[in-house]
Amino acid sequence: MSLVRSHVLICGGTGCTSSGSMSIHEKFEVCIKKFGLEKEVKVVKTGCFGLCEAGPIVVVYPEGAFYSHVKVEDVERITEEHLYKGRIVKELLFKQALEGDVIKSVNEVQFYKKQKRVVLKNCGIINPEVIEEYIAFDGYKALGKVVTEMTQQEVVDEIKKSGLRGRGGGGFPTGLKWQFTHDAIGEEKYVACNADEGDPGAFMDRSVLEGDPHAIIEAMAIAGYAIGASKGFIYIRAEYPIAVDRLEIALKQAKELGVIGDNIFGTDFSFDLEIRLGAGAFVCGEETALIESIEGRRGMPRPRPPFPANKGIFQMPTLLNNVETYANITQIILNGAEWFRTIGTEKSPGTKVFALGGKINNTGLVEIPMGMTLREVIYDIGGGIPDGKAFKAVQTGGPSGGCLTYKHLDEQITYDNLVSLGSMMGSGGMIVLDEDNCMVDVARFFLDFTVDESCGKCTPCREGTKRMLELLNKICEGRGEIEDIARLENLAVNIKDSALCGLGQTAPNPVLSTIKNFRHEYISHIEDKKCEAGVCKALLKVTITDKCIGCTACTKVCPVDCISGNRKEMHVIDQNLCIKCGACIEKCPVNAIILK
Amino acid sequence: MKSLDELAKIREKALKKVSTRNSDKKIRIVVGMATCGISAGARPVLNALVEEVNKRELVDVEVTQTGCIGVCRLEPIFEVYQNDEKVTYVNMTAEKAREVVANHIVNGNVVLKYTIGAYEK
Repeated sequence: MSLVRSHVLICGGTGCTSSGSMSIHEKFEVCIKKFGLEKEVKVVKTGCFGLCEAGPIVVVYPEGAFYSHVKVEDVERITEEHLYKGRIVKELLFKQALEGDVIKSVNEVQFYKKQKRVVLKNCGIINPEVIEEYIAFDGYKALGKVVTEMTQQEVVDEIKKSGLRGRGGGGFPTGLKWQFTHDAIGEEKYVACNADEGDPGAFMDRSVLEGDPHAIIEAMAIAGYAIGASKGFIYIRAEYPIAVDRLEIALKQAKELGVIGDNIFGTDFSFDLEIRLGAGAFVCGEETALIESIEGRRGMPRPRPPFPANKGIFQMPTLLNNVETYANITQIILNGAEWFRTIGTEKSPGTKVFALGGKINNTGLVEIPMGMTLREVIYDIGGGIPDGKAFKAVQTGGPSGGCLTYKHLDEQITYDNLVSLGSMMGSGGMIVLDEDNCMVDVARFFLDFTVDESCGKCTPCREGTKRMLELLNKICEGRGEIEDIARLENLAVNIKDSALCGLGQTAPNPVLSTIKNFRHEYISHIEDKKCEAGVCKALLKVTITDKCIGCTACTKVCPVDCISGNRKEMHVIDQNLCIKCGACIEKCPVNAIILK
Repeated sequence: MKSLDELAKIREKALKKVSTRNSDKKIRIVVGMATCGISAGARPVLNALVEEVNKRELVDVEVTQTGCIGVCRLEPIFEVYQNDEKVTYVNMTAEKAREVVANHIVNGNVVLKYTIGAYEK
């Protein structure tokens, strides 16, 4: 009879793995043996808990004790005190899990309390490498129900009724896409999953694949049944080694168990899946470029129409959805479209996962019901801005999105609302910016990314974004003219209208939204040659203030010998020679040198 | 996979293994596992409780540990928490623990003779 009374869950997501969670895993195994607890305590590797800021994360059940920033040296203590003697090690708990003397379990921590976990429901709960654990939490039940009890059209109708919209960014009604592919005629049909997540700072798809890979496999099989396809492709970037690994393990297990393969659940329905690795080009997240890449050609978009629903992979009708979209499917089938509609808003039902990053206390993954305000996400869940700095803007939608300001903090997060405010949902990156971020520089950063990632097929994107970047560089370097703002706007509008695919059509968004909301920053860069946030190096000067004690320390570190002055007298920097390397600032013992 | 029944069987088996991962259960059994408890024999008591709870598939019961409950001379001690009420059992053994699970946890009859109240009389 099993004596297991406690489970130690260790995060095996990319974030925690890179900060050493696997050596913590090994150490737990060793320590547990040392205390003779191997029959009583089970160590489990799970997917991402979401609070990557606090990693490596270890959660001990049944108490739900939430240990954060765990180090290998802490493992022995946790084993002896908590697992052996039953005393939770308070000092090692996540600080918000301790209120005075009261220990809160993982679900009661503020970060999780306001979240609604549908897509991430198994992440941080199950071991993604064991199919039985997925099945324990209702895995493959939806697939069983669909193939044995529902007709193809009934499945499509259920998805339509749920109002689910594409989570990859566009927000196109998923049910409609399923209907188009269902109705399309072809000798073969395909189901594809877009796991080519490329937005800087977004990692929700990776986390779902790492933490709950079977959910995607199951949903794709359901989609295959609904549209009449017997083959699927998961297109995932090779830069996600852990996700690829878990997906391969999951697929192997699913095939062994027969939930993927021939005559699933004893019916006529057969379905096979294949993993295709992408080389990491951002444009391959665009559906037609992704299809080209799956076919073995260079990843470049093709004109639409024809849409993939009619002519996709190998010119056959193809259903292409994003990872997060698929992750909702099993839940909708099991709980019903009505249930799904109770979450979120009328036009944007369900939840959305955001990757919170930038200047925010709780960096990590959060899943919220649609319609929550930006303020709730940033302050209540995200824990606000670190070091008491002032909030400046929040960037959503990555390189295709835009920046929203404090004026928008009380706006609801829905597809349509974000678009009307000049940003977009995108795949779910949410980067918080504070007073130390220069908005011109932020726009330049994203444009630099799209210029790099433009595939070069169409001229507006290849040439246009490059010209925009040149203008932005000019402004950041203090050579800007006031007409440049109009030039940027003019180029932006033309690129949006004429580019071939989504990459080009949305590339100017970060520039347009920063011009709209932070025009004064552009003007101060151009007219006053000033960067208030202190980011654009060319506009900054290194100066020595009267706090200087004349110690001569700075003169010795200056690589270009541009600091002069006698001992015990105030020193001066020759601005013509200074390269603004900052070495003197670091060396100064009294913080008398500033960059402004 | 041939049928839904087959899936349900796998699920049932797997569910038992993961039910520990739920921190909001209705009944909590807390065993005192400080030095006093362990030296008085709390570990066999704890193991007996876990085994019994698993055997009887009591998914809504959590068995956990705590430090010194304070009455070291009456160890091993465990406390049963349910609906904001607490029952304290003292001088426990593995055998007595099994009896408590059967009578108190399953059937709802507090085993008065083992409680701290009975002992103090």
